[in-house]
Amino acid sequence: MSFKGLCNLRLKNISRKAMPKRKLDAKEDRQRDDGGEEKQDERRIQCIFKSESGETDGSPFELPINISKDKLQLVCDAVIKNDEKVPYAFFVNGEEIRENLLKTVGEDILTKTETAVEIVYQPQAVFRVRAVTRCTSSLEGHADAVLYVAFSPNGRHLASGSGDSTVRLWDIYTETPQFRCKGHQHWVLCLAWSPDGRKLASGCKGGKVCLWNPETGKEICRSLTGHTDYISALAWKPLHLDPESRYLASSSKDRTVRIWDVMTFKTHMVISGHSAHISFVKWGGSNLIYTASHDRTVKVWRASDGVFCRNLDGHGHWVNTLALSTDYVMRTGAFDPANAKIVHDEVTDSPEELSKKAKARYDAVVATGGENGGFERLVSGSDDATMYLWRPEDSKKAIARMTGHQKPVNEVKFSPDTRIIASASFDKFVKLWDGFTGKFITTLRGHVNMVYQVSWSADSRLLVSSSKDSTLKVWKVEARELMLDLPGHADEVFAVDWSPDGQRVVSGGKDKVLKIWRS
Amino acid sequence: MPQNEYIELHTKRHGRRLDYEEKKRKREGRMPHIMAEKAKKLRGIRAKLYNKKRHSEKIQMKKTIKMHEEKKTKQKAEDKDSKYGNPTYLLERENQIRAKVLSNTIKQKRKEKAGKWDVPLPKVKGVSEAEVFKVVKTGKTKRKAWKRMVTKVTFVGDGFTRKPAKFERFIRPMGLRFKKANVTHPELKASFFLPILGVKKNPSSSMYTSLGVITKGTVIEVNISELGLVTSAGKVVWGKYAQVTNNPENDGCINAVLLV
Repeated sequence: MSFKGLCNLRLKNISRKAMPKRKLDAKEDRQRDDGGEEKQDERRIQCIFKSESGETDGSPFELPINISKDKLQLVCDAVIKNDEKVPYAFFVNGEEIRENLLKTVGEDILTKTETAVEIVYQPQAVFRVRAVTRCTSSLEGHADAVLYVAFSPNGRHLASGSGDSTVRLWDIYTETPQFRCKGHQHWVLCLAWSPDGRKLASGCKGGKVCLWNPETGKEICRSLTGHTDYISALAWKPLHLDPESRYLASSSKDRTVRIWDVMTFKTHMVISGHSAHISFVKWGGSNLIYTASHDRTVKVWRASDGVFCRNLDGHGHWVNTLALSTDYVMRTGAFDPANAKIVHDEVTDSPEELSKKAKARYDAVVATGGENGGFERLVSGSDDATMYLWRPEDSKKAIARMTGHQKPVNEVKFSPDTRIIASASFDKFVKLWDGFTGKFITTLRGHVNMVYQVSWSADSRLLVSSSKDSTLKVWKVEARELMLDLPGHADEVFAVDWSPDGQRVVSGGKDKVLKIWRS
Repeated sequence: MPQNEYIELHTKRHGRRLDYEEKKRKREGRMPHIMAEKAKKLRGIRAKLYNKKRHSEKIQMKKTIKMHEEKKTKQKAEDKDSKYGNPTYLLERENQIRAKVLSNTIKQKRKEKAGKWDVPLPKVKGVSEAEVFKVVKTGKTKRKAWKRMVTKVTFVGDGFTRKPAKFERFIRPMGLRFKKANVTHPELKASFFLPILGVKKNPSSSMYTSLGVITKGTVIEVNISELGLVTSAGKVVWGKYAQVTNNPENDGCINAVLLV
């Protein structure tokens, strides 16, 4: 078998490899149960499987109350004819079954023999990303703190922006520097890969936006000037709306958002209306632009003509950050992390084909969640230590206000499957929230100083966070616990990113070093 | 002695003389001439003192003139960002992040005291035993004088229990025992009220060290876990040394500078 083929197999089948053996075990167990422990056998309850969209499959049947999660998966496979072997997560009354059924439902369920317990199943990613465990290289080169790192949508390229006013592109295979892009005069604050992966935009503190070609490391055109203060965020028009990646939005401290046309290298539109510094901009999948500002509001604009749509009020202090439920799918565009390979293929598809693929993936992600899903959700994090979950396309009322942090929320991120929100705060904690209802799930404690950034793995099972305490930490989301502590940086870690193909994590910080972590 | 401000009262009631302002202006105009005359005439120590006074007055005057000029001209706003790069999410909050929020007045005061930050005291005056220990006379007729009372601030660990009075040679009074110190981080320029872990070294005598006597210049170990400093391996730094910069027995508090 070829090398490529092998890798493919490994990525896809990791989760299901142990399955046949487990099946055997289960049978044996059941036999033993029948013979020896009749007491356990008596304790059975009526159950019924229910999909996320509310459809029930088959009639209710009896299950032993102490059935474990693995066995539940086997039963479920048989009942709903799960031929593709998709792993599921099971929920009863909104609570996940993590060990066995009894622990989740409690003893008193036994008294209610009349009703069947509804077990809701949610599909998980069919592939599994392995946690990064070690630092494979420390890349020196930047002459000042590394402020932003970003993988390209398919994970093929890696770029970093630094306080020494350069953008650097790194070769991920040999883990060596590739190009040094000079063009800015001030700190490079933010980077954004176009969703087709062919352009890289960078914004600096001087208010300039530059465009780079990742293959040659050269500037595509002269830099885009117009902002009078620093660029706080960049956002490309999603691939399914814009096959050629022609439009780019940039927000700045000068209270405007500029939309650039990168074919003619001109300002396409200027959006203004905020009364203070704009801290974040997002380009939504339904062609709306969302802006967060220090004037305590989030505003929604129509991208096609720049018309102001609605004001999302509620925060009591600066709004620092925004996240869309479709962020990850729009970031990765046409490249499905499930099909990722260790050696990247050349992208040969035409822009239209890529756009079509992106559209299909976008629609699938928007549709997840059954009756709760079906639309794009927006979450905003603020200096007042709260977050709001919005349905920005058609409502100015918040779905939920999420309280619990004690210091400003610095970053929020939806998991790639949009089911969980992770928030990083200056109060040293990472918190997890339900992605549909905004309900609090858990707090991940471990950092001893401010948490700066978080990044999800593509399968939504792992989370990595970077902190002022100079460490990265990898969290297991399902078990809600710390999986690995990754020390190594000599100072604050400003930026972290998990590559969409799941193989690498990159981090950079005040110690000027870029570190690549692998499993 | 005047019983009241009767001159002010009089001017209030009757006004000033009509030529008051002009006389005043003329007197002031003559003043430099008189002073110059005086400066020429004076000899010896009086001349020296007078010139010194004039010198300092002139400096003061120049300073005030300069300050007024600064006030009039428009200054370019200073770039408050640090020298090193910072990500967008820290750009607007550098002052908040670097230490606990310090109000402007406090900053001003600190600037004035700037000299004090250089402290880690290299030399301290020795403290004699006679100063530290007070003889306590014991016995029915107060003839015995083997007991000593420590008259300086001390740190006594949590686990300490006093010996029976018969064997206790050194008494460390409760009123002078301290558990916490105001520790300043010299780089953050912020101070924290931290628990003391122990007395590392009292430069005057090793006996003071073992007794836990804290005088100016003593090196103490403090618990800095509250500051959230970490080692390169990501572990929280717990104990660190600090040097005492004041005379705790006079001030009623311990001020110290962290040794970094």
